[in-house]
Amino acid sequence: MSYQIPKFRHPELPKNELGYTKADYEGAISTLCAGCGHDSISGAIIKAVHELSIEPHKIAKLSGIGCSSKSPTYFLGKSHGFNSVHGRMPSVVTGAAMANRDLLYLGVSGDGDTASIGLGQYGHAARRNLNMVYIVMNNGCYGLTKGQDSATADEGSISKKGEPNPFGSIDLPAVALQLGATFVARSFSGDKEQLVPLIKAAMSHRGFALIDVVSPCVTFNNTAGSTKSYEYTREHMEATGTVDFVPMHEEITTKYDPGKTRDVTMHDGSVVRLKKVDDSFDPFDRMSAMVALEKSRQSGQILTGLLYMDKHSRDLHEALATSKRPLNELTETELCPGSKVLEQINQSLR
Amino acid sequence: MNPTDVSNPEYFHKVVDCQYACPAHTPVPEYIRLIAQQRYTEAYMINWESNVFPGVLGRTCDRPCEPACRRGRVDEEPVAICRLKRVAADNKESIADLLPEIPTQKNGKRIACIGGGPASLTVARDLMPLGYSIDIYDNQRAAGGMMRSQIPSFRLPETVLNEEVNVILDMGVTTFLETEVTSMASILEKDYDAVFVGTGAPRGKLLNLPGLEEAGSAVHVGIDWLANVAFGHTEQVAKKVIVLGGGNTAMDCCRTAKRLGGEDVRIVVRSPYADMKASPWEKEDAQHEGIPFYDNHTPKEFVVEDGKLKGMLFEKVEAVYDESGKRSLVPTGEDWVFMEADTVLMAIGQENAFPWVERDLGIDFDQWEMPKLNKVSFQSTRPNVFFGGDAAFGPENVITAVAQGHQAAVSIDLFCQGKNLLQRPDPHTNLVSTKMGVHEWSYDNAVETDDRYIVPLVDLDKALSDRKVEVELGFDRDTGFKEAERCLNCDVQTVFDEARCIECDACVDICPTDCITFTTNEEDEAVLRTKLTGPSHNLTTDLYVSQALPTARVMVKDEDICLHCGLCAERCPTTAWDMQKYFYSVSKAGQAA
Repeated sequence: MSYQIPKFRHPELPKNELGYTKADYEGAISTLCAGCGHDSISGAIIKAVHELSIEPHKIAKLSGIGCSSKSPTYFLGKSHGFNSVHGRMPSVVTGAAMANRDLLYLGVSGDGDTASIGLGQYGHAARRNLNMVYIVMNNGCYGLTKGQDSATADEGSISKKGEPNPFGSIDLPAVALQLGATFVARSFSGDKEQLVPLIKAAMSHRGFALIDVVSPCVTFNNTAGSTKSYEYTREHMEATGTVDFVPMHEEITTKYDPGKTRDVTMHDGSVVRLKKVDDSFDPFDRMSAMVALEKSRQSGQILTGLLYMDKHSRDLHEALATSKRPLNELTETELCPGSKVLEQINQSLR
Repeated sequence: MNPTDVSNPEYFHKVVDCQYACPAHTPVPEYIRLIAQQRYTEAYMINWESNVFPGVLGRTCDRPCEPACRRGRVDEEPVAICRLKRVAADNKESIADLLPEIPTQKNGKRIACIGGGPASLTVARDLMPLGYSIDIYDNQRAAGGMMRSQIPSFRLPETVLNEEVNVILDMGVTTFLETEVTSMASILEKDYDAVFVGTGAPRGKLLNLPGLEEAGSAVHVGIDWLANVAFGHTEQVAKKVIVLGGGNTAMDCCRTAKRLGGEDVRIVVRSPYADMKASPWEKEDAQHEGIPFYDNHTPKEFVVEDGKLKGMLFEKVEAVYDESGKRSLVPTGEDWVFMEADTVLMAIGQENAFPWVERDLGIDFDQWEMPKLNKVSFQSTRPNVFFGGDAAFGPENVITAVAQGHQAAVSIDLFCQGKNLLQRPDPHTNLVSTKMGVHEWSYDNAVETDDRYIVPLVDLDKALSDRKVEVELGFDRDTGFKEAERCLNCDVQTVFDEARCIECDACVDICPTDCITFTTNEEDEAVLRTKLTGPSHNLTTDLYVSQALPTARVMVKDEDICLHCGLCAERCPTTAWDMQKYFYSVSKAGQAA
């Protein structure tokens, strides 16, 4: 078994604006099972961050517990990392984001970490519109503890154990929409063409950006009866449309049919171009997204792509009117302005 | 593109860049692994089967394998393949029991080999075990050809050469040494079943410049002079020596002169330094011994006073390249340069010469006085006469002569049996999985990051004091192991089974060099290359294209910079990828198709 990735890379690897190659965004060699969907998501994150030319030290990756939450070790090896308590990643992100708003927060979680033990934390992070990217590596089972059905396993889905799941599943995008999330998407680990632009768009979004990624567990849940296998997902996947991500500095040259295409200028100046498959669907309308999700659920399809985006999202910092300068950069002089200022404040309250 | 046919023996052969580049197709990674396992004798025999002179070639080969080495495409320098071969030769034990048996009952066929160099010896090596009777004719007092007469003993000790030549002669070859063959007709009169001409390219070129005649014995043809040194006829040289030429013979001349008393020994060459024909390492070796190179100097005239050579005049030139990259050397207009010299050695090229082959024997020659040959069978227009080595298509090198000797032997064997010479035996191939466990392979798949190791040299003063002291000491066993570990095991092939693939992308994600892509197929290879994960610009390597997968995509692997690290197969959940060791060897005479 190999414990290290060979040092050599493709000699002609493209460099991004910072002069970094993809290799500069890699992590340690994966110890997940061979063929795990999580590794593909790691690959997609590496590709997206490299192409966005984000300095590695400007990213903090945080996770909880589980196979998914191990995966940050396998990408962005030069970024900040925090492997937190089971289901409590959103709290740690909240604290970190409050202390330093200048970092890009990438939360990585799984279906157990999010939909079971962490459901409460997940809901509140979405509700508060915490400025973070929240990726769920969703395989419908507890892979780290021998593959029991998780809360996102579909009713009737049969994992390696062989028993149909008797319970209905929690649809994480639906929950997020319900609770006020401002960017909601679903994708599949086996479809990087869709996943990479979604990650880029999520990273450019200000506010809570959820990407629920179906990520098959090859060891316990890639069976013939599973609804989260590679084969089933490929056969039942339908997309709301395609997403192109155009970085801020790139000129938009190609023209599309305006009826089917919408360009959205993101907070950082980049543009997300949406090409819709179905005219009746409107990704800027929460209701439309909820209806589309419910329809696809009833027809047994897995709806992927960008489900909803709030163009006027106000994140937690705006809501709380926090200091524009990160709290961790404020000095004692600013934090303790002295008795004169205290006196003024007291006066204003009389 | 059509799916790749990996059952074609040439497909995986081409992936093993070193072996593919070797004229004799020596299974390089196989013997390098054996060296790493300290199985030196077996490593030696793998070589011996393919290239006949591992000890000689481990010191002197032109090493076409090394520029081809895959490691050179991802690392600074290729594996030191040539010097590893020497490690096998230096550390081997007795090979007597491993040599082919020579039948006491001969098959009644008699073959004459004219010239006792590497090509003829290879023919003998291949045909003796089949029961042929071989007569070798050579004008020198010992067999070995240019390996003996032109390669100085400080690069190739006589003992090493003798050992490997004798292995063949001891098979029972009859030698006629110090026997100059002056008439092909006289050989043909002896009723041999076939005649093989391996006489090399024995004629050194001489520049006929003003003053040449007057300079007399102060001017020598390089290869003749080297031969005289090798056979002890020349034991010293004057103090000031000019060597004309920029090839490997020039390097050997100047280094030899330095050892025979030359004090001011210099290389003067017409072309720019970078264009000199000598191998880079041979240029380095000469410079290491303090020999200056004067490039861009065209020799114009010998300066002779009172019947004694004083020096030479040179015109300075510069290289000018036209649009098509063709070079011309244009005089700079400066005054001619005078360089003092007591002796001039000319190493400006050599050519074939067949004055001894009568032109009425049915052996046709072309306009350049070269024999007309079939390029595959090496058969001349007279069916029972074959050519090989430098005698066939002009000066090349030892390993090419060996490769041609093998092929000529195949032809001679087929000819003597009355078979079609163009129905060549297929190569011997074997493809077997190296899988030993879930993530275990029977080869060392970790990719070492060590830089190429440098071969230690003997102390310079000692080297220059005696022409018989070998300059290179060779790798010791430990260094040999470390250098062997740099080999990427390109013969362990990545074999893809589309029926097992679930398209999980694990191989794509783990591949350190971005070789693997799953994409929709294209008719045009050039278009497909633009769709690959990693840049795909090396058109000399192939794309491995699978059958269509369930998503209608295909797996495309660019063979260019695959590290053969096996991670694709380790990360594959369904063993759609497997690492399989490919052994390819060129069939020799008697190994039927």
